[in-house]
Amino acid sequence: MKIHEFQAKELLKGYGIPIQDGVTIEDPAQAEAAVDQVNKEFGAEQYVIKAQIHAGGRGKGGGVKFSTTRESALENIQKILGMTLITHQTGADGRLVKKVMVAQALDISKEFYAAITLDRASGKDVFMVSSEGGMEIEEVAKTSPEKIVREAIVPGFGLRPFQARNLARALGLEGQAAKQAMGIFQKLYKLYREKDCSIVEINPLVTTEQGDVVALDAKMNFDDNALYMHKDIVEMRDLDEEDPSEVEAAEFNLNYIKLDGSVGCMVNGAGLAMATMDIIKQRGGSPANFLDVGGGANVETVKNGFRIILSDPNVKAVLINIFGGIVRCDRIANGIIEAVKVLDLNVPVVVRLAGTNAEIAKELLANSDVDLISADSFEDAANKVVEAARQA
Amino acid sequence: MAILVNKDSKIIVQGITGSEGTFHATQCLEYGGNVVGGVTPGKGGQTALEGKVPVFNSCAEAREQVGANVSLIFVPPPFAADAIMEAAAAGIELIVCITEGIPVAQMVEVKAFVDTTDSRFIGPNCPGILTPEGAKVGIMPGFIAKKGSVGVISKSGTLTYEAVDQLGQQGLGQSTCIGIGGDPIIGTTMKDLLEMFEADPETEAIVMIGEIGGSMEIEAAQYAKDHVSKPVIGFIAGQTAPPGRRMGHAGAIVSGADESAAAKKKLMAECGILVSESPADIGRTVVEALKK
Repeated sequence: MKIHEFQAKELLKGYGIPIQDGVTIEDPAQAEAAVDQVNKEFGAEQYVIKAQIHAGGRGKGGGVKFSTTRESALENIQKILGMTLITHQTGADGRLVKKVMVAQALDISKEFYAAITLDRASGKDVFMVSSEGGMEIEEVAKTSPEKIVREAIVPGFGLRPFQARNLARALGLEGQAAKQAMGIFQKLYKLYREKDCSIVEINPLVTTEQGDVVALDAKMNFDDNALYMHKDIVEMRDLDEEDPSEVEAAEFNLNYIKLDGSVGCMVNGAGLAMATMDIIKQRGGSPANFLDVGGGANVETVKNGFRIILSDPNVKAVLINIFGGIVRCDRIANGIIEAVKVLDLNVPVVVRLAGTNAEIAKELLANSDVDLISADSFEDAANKVVEAARQA
Repeated sequence: MAILVNKDSKIIVQGITGSEGTFHATQCLEYGGNVVGGVTPGKGGQTALEGKVPVFNSCAEAREQVGANVSLIFVPPPFAADAIMEAAAAGIELIVCITEGIPVAQMVEVKAFVDTTDSRFIGPNCPGILTPEGAKVGIMPGFIAKKGSVGVISKSGTLTYEAVDQLGQQGLGQSTCIGIGGDPIIGTTMKDLLEMFEADPETEAIVMIGEIGGSMEIEAAQYAKDHVSKPVIGFIAGQTAPPGRRMGHAGAIVSGADESAAAKKKLMAECGILVSESPADIGRTVVEALKK
């Protein structure tokens, strides 16, 4: 699960990490009050207006504006709130900006990068810092990997003081700033661990002209498997930032990801679902979605899956690819028959059922009056659905 | 022979009195596996599977009283990490965890804990292990596999069934099929299993089915290049997956350039692995590899 910058900063603040503070609003009518509050509460004379969306690259896309006066701050709020922000992470359609953070502008001396995430290869959390703050870390990793310094965290031992010291030294910090940075690093790991983050990233972490170390931006993702322990985090979820059909699918325990092709897919199992998308592409088609109906697929899940796939106007044909292990194909067949009856089906549907009770399922489908194209193998199914989509 | 499990494995099921546990333990028993008991804390002394096997309070009791050496775990996510550690502490030699949805931070600790013991751990969030005509320790449908000489390693469940089915159509059976799971932290890697299959005289070829995300396939391919003499056939799912999106499995997410399907396939081919471009060609690619 992802959260906004302003929410991530609230969490940092709660852990005693100094942040670039501000006020976040949704309504343009609150603009004046917000600017005045930032002026009064944080002593700001200059401001940074920051679009709040769940995607990186906001600055380059025009979603972050430095404002030297109250007037220009108000102007920039009106500009950004309600704009469609396009960044390298939003896709071509961009994202509507519904929230904006009015932040205090700081006198920045130096910018750094700090992050914690899991290193899958070693099975350990790793703390990373770089003197190249403000840049995309992937870019730094590619061009100057020596500028990223890592400390692996031994499970159960946390980030040790000597490690925090190493990280601060790697950034060239000395004296008071080094001490502040060490404190920030240890608090950051505490937050990461206590809130079950999958990544925390402060980019940039800055030193100010006054010599303070401050988090200027923050990004946090959380482990979905651990959300049951964190009500406070779940409350921060912003459904405006998610695809409505994906949200709906999740309510039915369906794992659905919308893509931009024309062949709808319904598959059991994540690996087979990915492979189904791949083979559609290889045969010259393009998948409209990823949909894993899971191990407990029944009549209801099939019906809901069907409805969600068909709600995408780009879908020209549907492929149902089920390899029954625990899932019984006859149940899937009944789900298909019922779904077709209820839904207004206006695209061709190719069905491939294999595994447990596949023969019974094929008979059920053959004896029903639903109009389906049956396929004998994975390959046959892919060829048929791509052809059907092409003709539609 | 085969690897990891066979007819002699003494299997217990942790969480045997739950509905999932009961259902799958019954299936494992019916497949012919030697299920010797189950563990549910607080229900020791009872029986499960219609009176066929005893229930113990702990893995240590099961180890002591019936000599259990394999444990299959169906414990719900909030308690699964502890169940794995309990089995490892009790000296259970092979631990297979089917449970999906264990918090990653807990798995980091589990891995560190299990590494201090001699136990081998498979999973979590995996379909388990199937040695045809030997034992089933997991949830794979037994009827799709038949005894033979192809070893199968996979991150996914149903895609494994698909591969096994294709092998069957080519007249090829399997020595052992292992689903290792698609989570970011898993107990046994592809490389570990390549090593075991290489040492298994019954296995003549190895199928390795990976997916986007992580670097395990690359590590395995580099190992195979220098240490595996048997033909290795590979497939990577997710070439059409958009970067940054998690495709079902928690670990199936492209977060760096070398985690894409294209990058993994390229490196695997460079290491001498026969890569099947299409998921429908896995069986045929194995036949081709065995001809060489």
